[in-house]
Amino acid sequence: MSSQPLLSVGDLRVGFATEGGRLQAVDGVGFDLAPGEVLAIVGESGSGKSVTAQTILGLTRSPDSVIEGSVRLGGAELLNAGEAELRKVRGARVGMIFQDPMTSLNPVYRVGAQIVEAIRAHEPGTSKEEARERAIELLRSVGIAEAAQRVGDYPHEFSGGMRQRAMIAMALALEPEVLIADEPTTALDVTVQAQILRLLEDLNRSRNLATILITHDLGVVAEVADRVLVMYAGKVVEEGTLDQIFYDPQHPYTWGLLGSLSRLDRPRPQRLPQIGGAPPSLLAPPTGCAFRPRCPHEFGKCAEVPALDGRLPEAAAHRDRCWLDPEQKAERRQVEGGIGLEAPS
Amino acid sequence: MARFALRRLAGMVVVLFAVSLVTFAIFNLIPNSDPAQRLAGKNADAVLVKSIEEDWGFDEPLPVQYWETMKKIFSGELISYGDQLNVDEKIVEGIPATFSLCIGAAAIWLFFGILFGYLSALKPGGWLDRVLTVVAIAGISLPAFLLAAIFLYLLTFKLELFPAGGYVPLTEDPVDWAYHLILPWFTLAILNIGFYSRVLRSNMLDAMNEDYVRTARAKGLSERRVMTRHVLRNSLIPIVSLFGLDFAAMLGGGAIIVESIFGLNGVGQYAAESITNLDLPPIMAITMFGAFFVVLFSAVTDIFYAYLDPRIRLEASAR
Repeated sequence: MSSQPLLSVGDLRVGFATEGGRLQAVDGVGFDLAPGEVLAIVGESGSGKSVTAQTILGLTRSPDSVIEGSVRLGGAELLNAGEAELRKVRGARVGMIFQDPMTSLNPVYRVGAQIVEAIRAHEPGTSKEEARERAIELLRSVGIAEAAQRVGDYPHEFSGGMRQRAMIAMALALEPEVLIADEPTTALDVTVQAQILRLLEDLNRSRNLATILITHDLGVVAEVADRVLVMYAGKVVEEGTLDQIFYDPQHPYTWGLLGSLSRLDRPRPQRLPQIGGAPPSLLAPPTGCAFRPRCPHEFGKCAEVPALDGRLPEAAAHRDRCWLDPEQKAERRQVEGGIGLEAPS
Repeated sequence: MARFALRRLAGMVVVLFAVSLVTFAIFNLIPNSDPAQRLAGKNADAVLVKSIEEDWGFDEPLPVQYWETMKKIFSGELISYGDQLNVDEKIVEGIPATFSLCIGAAAIWLFFGILFGYLSALKPGGWLDRVLTVVAIAGISLPAFLLAAIFLYLLTFKLELFPAGGYVPLTEDPVDWAYHLILPWFTLAILNIGFYSRVLRSNMLDAMNEDYVRTARAKGLSERRVMTRHVLRNSLIPIVSLFGLDFAAMLGGGAIIVESIFGLNGVGQYAAESITNLDLPPIMAITMFGAFFVVLFSAVTDIFYAYLDPRIRLEASAR
């Protein structure tokens, strides 16, 4: 990670003015993305991961939003960039795909036409025929069989997996440096999920495509990520490499996430473990550590917000927001022979 | 397509039958609507009334009378009880005026309705949206007869810009044709401009939250292209079905008030006169004429709909 980061997000804060007061959806998120790296952002619904992703491309459009911090792509600041500048980045340098491929394509235009539209938006000189040829080639490259015929289909004639492939083809049309995939497999069948993940992995390798993968599914993370950011209530609570997060997790929330995975290699539990309680309201977040109300290991110091720090001497890049010391953590995360979070009393 | 057409044709027969039956029944239930009495005049004696009843077939049972009336509508032999002129011919005479009025008004209301709706939706809550909202609600709230009166008073009698009414055939003098129709066109269009712009605005605001609009932005399309090609295009689909029925009802003689005020001598004015005189044959024929257009245009709308929204299949929508 010593090389120049391709995309650098610094202390990003996104708030929304609502009737109930200010809702801080993203609260000081920062990370670097290196060329060719796959960064997973993990968290439950409402943790701010999607807002983070959309804000990178200036797609957080609510007039009530307040956005602070910085987003730099290759050194150029995007947060205060004008609409025209952002348009040159969107689709061309940063491609994006979304959660629900069923609704992410416009139902009234042919799939090919929507890819052609993306190409010609950035390369107005390209003829329609040429752009169509490229669309066919792109569809073929993401694994659409008989792409030359299917290019003229409407989205409703595609299956969910094919639509997500078409979305990926569209996002890749201008060979972007970064792909932001916002829950790309959530709406798909498990078998199709695996295919789409394989495709993303192939693209990452063959094109050295840096990828931000947003998901709540740790299984997905384990498949493809190099590095992982765990988000909770708008903040990053833990950050580390895939192995660090899976084998040496430092934050109790991460333990809870890992502990609530169903595992085939263990005896089946009576009930799938879960993290007790519900995510906090972002309108009135708890004082101190946001996870405190749900954390069985809470103690006095938690009333203070823990900084995102490297707390392990041997791995400074593995950072977390938990006041417990590493030995206590190693001990307390052991639940029934694996990593987990006991139910709060 | 053939199956669709056949289904729609069968549907049309059923609708026309039902409409004619209801109209006929209502007319025969209205008190003081005995046509023989009306034909005979105010002080007619019973013998005259009796002979008229026999001549016109009013002494026959109602189903027979219904059957005879329907036969005459379709063979073009129907005679009005009032002026005793051929009904079908009168309707055909009124068609140019009515169609001129409706097609022109429709073009105006579609143009301004879409323009105002689009502009409103660009910046919801902005000053333009607020101004257009007031304009739209004023347009919806103003009844046609009041609007016509205001137009006539200000633009005709005070400023003497436009003629008070009358119809000049297009083939005779196109400029004069349009000149005479401008006030009726706008009188008829303004209500729908308000209505359509409000519907389009809310459709567009809904569409703006669609995932495919976010995708369009994420592709790097210009804001104008996102708004026209994605938001507006998809929001126009429901407008089409609204328009099909509104337009058909108007063509079928629905512009009764505007035609009468401006003396256009169209189908709507004929309808107004016939209703005033409780003259059954023209009422029957005009009702059927209107129902025919409504059914026809709902089929045309469905075809256009299927073209605009590829997810819709005609065979399925005909059911």
